[in-house]
Amino acid sequence: MNATHLPILQIIVPLIAAPVTVILRRAGAAWLLATVTTWVAFAISLTLMAHVLNDGPIVYSIGGWAAPWGIEYRIDKIGALVLVIVSAIGSVVMPYARLSVGKEIPEDRTYLFYALYLLCLTGLLGIAITGDVFNLFVFLEISSLSSYVLISLGRDRRALTAAYRYLIMGTIGATFYIIGVGLMYMATGTLNMTDLESLMPSVIDQRTIYAALAFLTVGISLKLALFPLHLWLPNAYAYAPSVVTAFLASTATKVAVYVLIRIIFTVFGVTHILEILPSVQDLLMAFSLAGIFAASAVAIYQNNVKRLLAYSSVAQIGYIILGISMLSTLGLAGGIIHLFNHALTKCALFLAMGCVAYRTGGSDLSDMRGLGRRMPWTMAAFVVGGLSLIGVPLTVGFVSKWYLVSAALEQDLWPIAGLIVIGSLLAVIYIWRVIETAYFNPVPDDAPAITEAPLSMLVPLWVAAGASIYFGIDASRTMDIALSASQTLLQGNLP
Amino acid sequence: MMFGLTPEATLIAVLTTPLAGALLIALTGNKPNLRETMTLLTASVTFALVASLYPLVMAGGTPRVVLGQMLPGLELTLLLEPLGMLFALVASFLWIVTSIYAIGYMRGHHEENQTRFYLFFAVAIAATLGVAFAGNMLTLFTFYEVLTLTTFPLVTHAGTPEAKRAGRVYLGILIGTSIGFQLVAIVWTWTLTGTLDFQAGGILEGKVSGAVAAILLVLYVYGIGKAALMPFHRWLPSAMVAPTPVSALLHAVAVVKAGVFSVLKVSYYIFGLDFLSTVATAEWLQYIAAATILIASLVAMTKDNLKARLAYSTISQLSYIVLGAMLAGPLGFIGGGMHIAMHAFGKITLFFCAGSILVATHKTDVSQMRGLGRAMPLTMFAFLIGSMSIIGLPPMGGMWSKWYLALGALESGKLFLVGVLMASSLLNVAYLLPIPLRAFFGKVPAGEDAPSGIKEAPVPILIAISITMIGCVVLFFFPDPVYDLIKQLVM
Repeated sequence: MNATHLPILQIIVPLIAAPVTVILRRAGAAWLLATVTTWVAFAISLTLMAHVLNDGPIVYSIGGWAAPWGIEYRIDKIGALVLVIVSAIGSVVMPYARLSVGKEIPEDRTYLFYALYLLCLTGLLGIAITGDVFNLFVFLEISSLSSYVLISLGRDRRALTAAYRYLIMGTIGATFYIIGVGLMYMATGTLNMTDLESLMPSVIDQRTIYAALAFLTVGISLKLALFPLHLWLPNAYAYAPSVVTAFLASTATKVAVYVLIRIIFTVFGVTHILEILPSVQDLLMAFSLAGIFAASAVAIYQNNVKRLLAYSSVAQIGYIILGISMLSTLGLAGGIIHLFNHALTKCALFLAMGCVAYRTGGSDLSDMRGLGRRMPWTMAAFVVGGLSLIGVPLTVGFVSKWYLVSAALEQDLWPIAGLIVIGSLLAVIYIWRVIETAYFNPVPDDAPAITEAPLSMLVPLWVAAGASIYFGIDASRTMDIALSASQTLLQGNLP
Repeated sequence: MMFGLTPEATLIAVLTTPLAGALLIALTGNKPNLRETMTLLTASVTFALVASLYPLVMAGGTPRVVLGQMLPGLELTLLLEPLGMLFALVASFLWIVTSIYAIGYMRGHHEENQTRFYLFFAVAIAATLGVAFAGNMLTLFTFYEVLTLTTFPLVTHAGTPEAKRAGRVYLGILIGTSIGFQLVAIVWTWTLTGTLDFQAGGILEGKVSGAVAAILLVLYVYGIGKAALMPFHRWLPSAMVAPTPVSALLHAVAVVKAGVFSVLKVSYYIFGLDFLSTVATAEWLQYIAAATILIASLVAMTKDNLKARLAYSTISQLSYIVLGAMLAGPLGFIGGGMHIAMHAFGKITLFFCAGSILVATHKTDVSQMRGLGRAMPLTMFAFLIGSMSIIGLPPMGGMWSKWYLALGALESGKLFLVGVLMASSLLNVAYLLPIPLRAFFGKVPAGEDAPSGIKEAPVPILIAISITMIGCVVLFFFPDPVYDLIKQLVM
């Protein structure tokens, strides 16, 4: 197959499929098209990954217009990795979606769900593939606007306020981002990332650029839910439809983290911006650590398990940002691998909660009493995901912890190594609350008789849970990608 | 070699056999007799496989198998070496005995969810053997954590609120110490030396400063929470809420011995005995181990619940092994290694007896056991034998390990440690021997009926007790297989 146009196909295929689902109207047909489209997108991203690994970065000029006049798609290792994460999670949740969405969203609106889902996928893939900071903003808005609507489709009326809150915070974030882009454009006259990178040293001592960095960092941190800018996230995840939560929790914040990495290490890369402005590095580190502890502590007291997992996500994002803020190959690689690992883990956990919601109709801790016996496979997958959050060996969470701890020790950041492991122990507490409820509490007398979730939901759930184990046992391939992506990003400038 | 397998294949088979057994147990779960046959069969095959490797180890062979690359530059490997051989032999042999025992106990005591019980039991044994044959620290840590997690459902088997609380303590301390201390120590070792392989003479010497080595040693020893060194010992008494076969095998043999075994491994293969003797904190840890030996014995005297008393006795005995490792000399190391086997046989006999009494009479407290000797002569006689082995009296195997530990203490010139060992033996006499003696010679307290209608426990239980009891005696007369294994390392 001729691979030259694959980068654009990665975006175009889901983008065109989205309006087609609206034309199809029927729920079943829309689901089928969305499923096939995501799988095609997954296949494309895997092919792109193989190309990048074999032949180095791919550069694609849209319409044949060369950068910096035209828009350029640029795929390097980390970009390809994010493409694979997004499309893989998308493909895993789609087979699951048919029953789950059928139960949670009225049938006359189902086709709209799939249209928005495909648009969101397009936006997220686009962010990862583009080499142009303004084009990135466009994709950011596509994914954000569609995810606001996706969240508002939740059964609970509180989904509406959650979506509204996310809309406000998300818009502020996007606005900050575009202000930052505008300031950079003012100083350099270009929007192409590679161009920006080469022009940056000549303008780096301008206040305009400092202001740009500030706006960009805060704006992106809002989107990736860095503590204390995470307030939109818990309710959005808790009240969104199960499939939406599983998809967004595993991809949306991860893509935002990717944007932060891109800006810091590519756009500002050669200027060592965080060494010029160490306060930014310190702030990222401080907020990520505060996030790990504050969010984990709050998670312990949640009674809604989806909210609990949402707070845990805020904490896990803290780990990723912590790795990035260490500014070393090992630390950045730890952050990148945790991006991948946490996507798998959270996908499995939220899919498990989707199964619980499918059978019991709720996702409160009290709904899960005695589920260990009644839904053994679902709960076993939850246990696997939980162990991965804790960072037990043979799960992906362990791999992340290993590299984050060794990155901290490598720089003699003692206390931080200690804080990382203490953070995982907090995860033991909140995960074990759920496990004890499911396995030790008796089934309440008034509980409806329920059975295990249907197979079409269990299989995707176990694909995600199985992947969290598989990539924990055999992590050398993913870790090699993360390490070399990290080396490329740092360009040998840093240890 | 067994079944015509190469040593490498045998190592893998040792791990996969219990796992396959677990699968068979799950499949035959609704036919109890068939299910128990599977357990016994798997246990026997596993032991045969382990035993078939013994001549190879004695000939100095150290086959190594790479299971897979877990992280770049870090593999999951299995390695056959004398210390692991000893631990694997003990654990796999006692699994057979415990399986026989469990059949009598679980049925006699009408426990529920027996399939789940046998299943997790088999998986836990696989994890134990993984610890025994781990080829580097990463592999050891992995199996160590798997062992913690797979024994959790066994500890909380009853499913009661009490079991849930005990499970929290169990998991909290074991996971807390292993992730909080041990993982940091391992990653740090990796960052400093670039390897985690078990090498004779250690990997740290010359690569770390004295202060770092001192901290690392503390992180390792306390990170191995299964060794139950005070103040991280609380999980062990908590875990006694488990059914007695679990307490017997996992908390007298597999889990706790996985802990002290790891301490010995770290001392020998990560630090190296020569280097260990120069580490500043090794001496402090000797004192802490000595204190644990005495304090736990004193606490044991205050416990009226028999299993709780045995649990504290275990804590005390485990610290013998930690002490043996921290002495960092050949004789102390031999003593520590031998104590893995000697204490295992003695303590499992005692736990078996406690369970036997529970099944036959539903009594759990020491004060209720006066006069029981007439109704349950075999059980109580075995209790006497087991106690004598724990105390270290001839003709029981426990004597040898204490002998070498005392020699090791003398060798290091610390006379008071010899005193601690002797004092501990006296304390053991005080809290163990009265139980069988009162059972045989004690008068039933006035106002209570003489035990009537009490018969000995079911036959499988008696068979198991007899085997381990005889084992205690045999190990006195034939300690050579155990001694020779460890001697290979230090002589």
